[in-house]
Amino acid sequence: MTFPLRNLLLFVAMLVLILMAGFLQSWNVALSIFNMGVISAVMALGVNMQWGYAGLFNIGVMGFVALGGLGAVVVAMPPVTQAWAAGGARVLLALAVGAAAIAAAIQLWRRLPRGAVRVVALVSVLSAGFFHFRWIFDPAVAAIEAINPAASGYLGGLGLPVLLAWPIGALLAAGAAWIVGKTALGLRADYLAIATLGIAEIIIAVLKNEDWLSRGVKNVIGVPRPVPYEIDLQNDPDFVARAAGLGIDAATASSIAVKLAYAGLFISVVLVLLWLAQTALRSPWGRMMRAIRDNEVAAEAMGKDVKARHLQVFILGSAVCGLAGAMMTTLDGQLTPGTYQPLRFTFLVWVMVIVGGSGNNFGAVLGGFLIWFLWVEVEPLGQWLIVTITSGLPADSVVRLHLLDGAAHMRLLTMGLVLLLVLRFSPRGLLPER
Amino acid sequence: MEPLNALVALANFVIVPATAYGAQLALGALGVTLIYGILRFSNFAHGDTMAFGAMVTILLTWWLQAQDVTFGVLPTALLALPAGIAVTALLVLATDRVVYRFYRRQRVAPVILVIVSMGVMFVMNGIVRFVIGVDDQVFADGARFLINARDFRDLTGLDEGLAIRTTQAITLVTAIVVVAALFWFLNRTRTGKSMRAYSDNEDLALLSGIDPERVVAITWIIVAALATIAGVLYGLDKTFKPFTYFQLLLPIFAAAIVGGLGSPVGAIAGGFVIAFSEVTVTYAFKKVLGYLLPDALEPAGLMQLLSTDYKFAVSFAILVIVLLFRPTGLFRGQTS
Amino acid sequence: MSALPAQQTGPGEPFLIGEGMTGGYGAADILHDCTVSVRRGEIAVIVGPNGAGKSTAMKAVFGMLPLRKGRVRIGGTDITGLAPQARVAEGMAFVPQTRNIFGALTVEENLEMGAFLRRDDIHATLEQVYHLFPILRDKRRQAAGELSGGQRQQVAVGRALMTQPQVLMLDEPTAGVSPIVMDELFDRIIEVARTGISILMVEQNARQALQIADRGFVLVQGSNAYTDTGAALLADPEVRRTFLGG
Repeated sequence: MTFPLRNLLLFVAMLVLILMAGFLQSWNVALSIFNMGVISAVMALGVNMQWGYAGLFNIGVMGFVALGGLGAVVVAMPPVTQAWAAGGARVLLALAVGAAAIAAAIQLWRRLPRGAVRVVALVSVLSAGFFHFRWIFDPAVAAIEAINPAASGYLGGLGLPVLLAWPIGALLAAGAAWIVGKTALGLRADYLAIATLGIAEIIIAVLKNEDWLSRGVKNVIGVPRPVPYEIDLQNDPDFVARAAGLGIDAATASSIAVKLAYAGLFISVVLVLLWLAQTALRSPWGRMMRAIRDNEVAAEAMGKDVKARHLQVFILGSAVCGLAGAMMTTLDGQLTPGTYQPLRFTFLVWVMVIVGGSGNNFGAVLGGFLIWFLWVEVEPLGQWLIVTITSGLPADSVVRLHLLDGAAHMRLLTMGLVLLLVLRFSPRGLLPER
Repeated sequence: MEPLNALVALANFVIVPATAYGAQLALGALGVTLIYGILRFSNFAHGDTMAFGAMVTILLTWWLQAQDVTFGVLPTALLALPAGIAVTALLVLATDRVVYRFYRRQRVAPVILVIVSMGVMFVMNGIVRFVIGVDDQVFADGARFLINARDFRDLTGLDEGLAIRTTQAITLVTAIVVVAALFWFLNRTRTGKSMRAYSDNEDLALLSGIDPERVVAITWIIVAALATIAGVLYGLDKTFKPFTYFQLLLPIFAAAIVGGLGSPVGAIAGGFVIAFSEVTVTYAFKKVLGYLLPDALEPAGLMQLLSTDYKFAVSFAILVIVLLFRPTGLFRGQTS
Repeated sequence: MSALPAQQTGPGEPFLIGEGMTGGYGAADILHDCTVSVRRGEIAVIVGPNGAGKSTAMKAVFGMLPLRKGRVRIGGTDITGLAPQARVAEGMAFVPQTRNIFGALTVEENLEMGAFLRRDDIHATLEQVYHLFPILRDKRRQAAGELSGGQRQQVAVGRALMTQPQVLMLDEPTAGVSPIVMDELFDRIIEVARTGISILMVEQNARQALQIADRGFVLVQGSNAYTDTGAALLADPEVRRTFLGG
């Protein structure tokens, strides 16, 4: 693997930035940035597979990330046995009926000849399916959500180790990607964009409203961790002694230790992913992908199944986004559907990919770190800037207060400017594809 | 009287709100479709352009209100609207000059322009939040109702009331005036025809001596007007909150695509299709059915197909159905 | 169609000439010292085998191809450096081979757009075009994209005439239309030439085109192979054997 000096320098510079945050702010902040930076890098790798390798325009990243988060809940949370007894089976039955109705509708559409009969048959199968689904589904949901709504009110999960959630979250995202891809791939880029934007909003709406599944806006908290809890470390005399030996108090030491443990886990994931992504990119498969991206017509003429290849890479990229989502929910220890916003979880990831350099996996990783760093640090920097600029004004000046209020929104402005400047003056990004 | 009551209930909860919403979506979709037809890309900054235009108008409205200037029974915002349009037009023209023109000269692929519009979206979103914040802003004044539910009941003797808010009536009237003016402009004036010609066949338009920069500038001005009007009407009718405007992108694009991207008539039809489907599917029909069905059959549940939180799913489903079965939209839009 | 401007070229001189043109789109030249020209009110036809650079020569005259060598002059004025749009103002009109109408606009709007640069009253010109192509008058409210192939070509030519050009340049006007429609189009083109407009056209149907041509240019691999009157070329056994299929 050749790694040009320029790339190395840029990564070192990135590391220096994070270290500066450590020295100037706190090591807790620096490690938080680092951990979310790794997760952002994973998201950017996923989008880069779709956009950089294949030219697919997916702006539904948020949805796939959220599905990964749901994966963490479904795998790792303990099952709520009462809720399962109250309506678990019935919910599953309802979902099966719904799926069967859709499958039947698709079969009908394929088998019947064109014409009014087909349309009528399709509509009646779908509406009959829908009303049956609701008839089975609604009471089950009511029963589940009635079980101790303040603390649970949902089915819970499978109670498995949370690390298992990472591949499962990826699988969930891949499943959704398959459905979207089947319908929207092959259409124009703008249509795929709108379709993915739509599916992301729907996924978030489901997470927000289907309390039986995800507790909705009541959030799922206390998702089990793959690393020790701070409080356990603080109660461990060995740990406290070692921390004291290093001259740090136990509370700080414990939170740093936990973050370091996460960092270790995340780094191993990102390294494996990078290796896989690089291997794939340089394999015949990767060359074919780029050939399709650069000239779809020619690739099709050479007998490449463009649609199947696109579906493949779309699913892979979305799965990686799902993986990132599961990692993030694990890091946060909670699933909060209300906090998923497209600007943060879709468009910001796009800024990462473009700024890093579309088509270059290392670029995606660098972009993930850099843009996340900016996203976090622009706010305090803006605050500091405004305080400095307005220092001549009285402390209760309306202008000053308004500007300070507004500093929180500087990050959107900055991200937009960064994106526009990179697109204009360095459209191939920091680490060009070559 | 029961069927009449059912009809009034339906009008009150479905037809009137959906008509107003449809008019707002149609105005938004017209802006998207014009940009697509002339500049040939999907403008993701359109929702935030609407928010910006509405914000400027709101600030001016507050200023007018502080000067004790009002518009009688009509909202003061209508007085501030022309100035709001002017400021928004200046913003989008400046954006075109600083950002888009460079890429137009390079003749980049449309998808690059879409990504560029994402950058513009971030910046505009940031500006709006910076200036007015993220909270709900109320700026409607004047008479609240054209007719309220109680008056309607007293007037007709029906059990059901029909309320028509002033903002709903204004939305519809304004939309009709704007759309009529737009179509007159596009079909009857030399400049409008040159815009359609440019949209239809760029190379031949150049051969005919049509100045592309002029066409683009006029398009941006019209789009700024449409976006500001749509944004203000939506804000008057519901409420102004920057994030909602961003979320309007989905139904607006769905409307434009369903109608056929690049087709102004299609954008209007698409707006109403999306609005009526959204409202109908998320409305609880218990009341209407209660009037129509004999007591024995009266539904126990709400008879609501989907919870209102799933309104995006409705736009999306219609979009997918149209894309699968009629990819060019109801009115044949541009295919290239 | 228009009042003749002050003549700067003698009656025997070409009105429009692309002289010694050499150039291409990329590194390799397509045209090699190629010359095409047309005199006032005459019909000049460029013919030749596929890939001979016929359309390229026409585009070079209209300024759509960068030239390394050679000059283009109209009425004695050098226009080599002008952009295509500026050449329209100099009295040239160009009808591309494909996508040469505004399909979504009505026939009349197509014609109006042809006259976009004019600030004077265009009704007389409109009448002249309708007189030349009567079918367009009947269909003037219909979208041009809905017309038949031959009618669309009439719209395309009509649009070009609306600028009141002195030279009309046609790139394969009969491509893809039936032989009957082709004959009719050629008749109309002769009529246009009779009004004093010079016609420079590229044609695939070499034999029929040379029959109406005052002057013919046979191009081979971007160079002039034969240049003569249409009748002389048709009579030349060498030209007949190599290019007209015996």
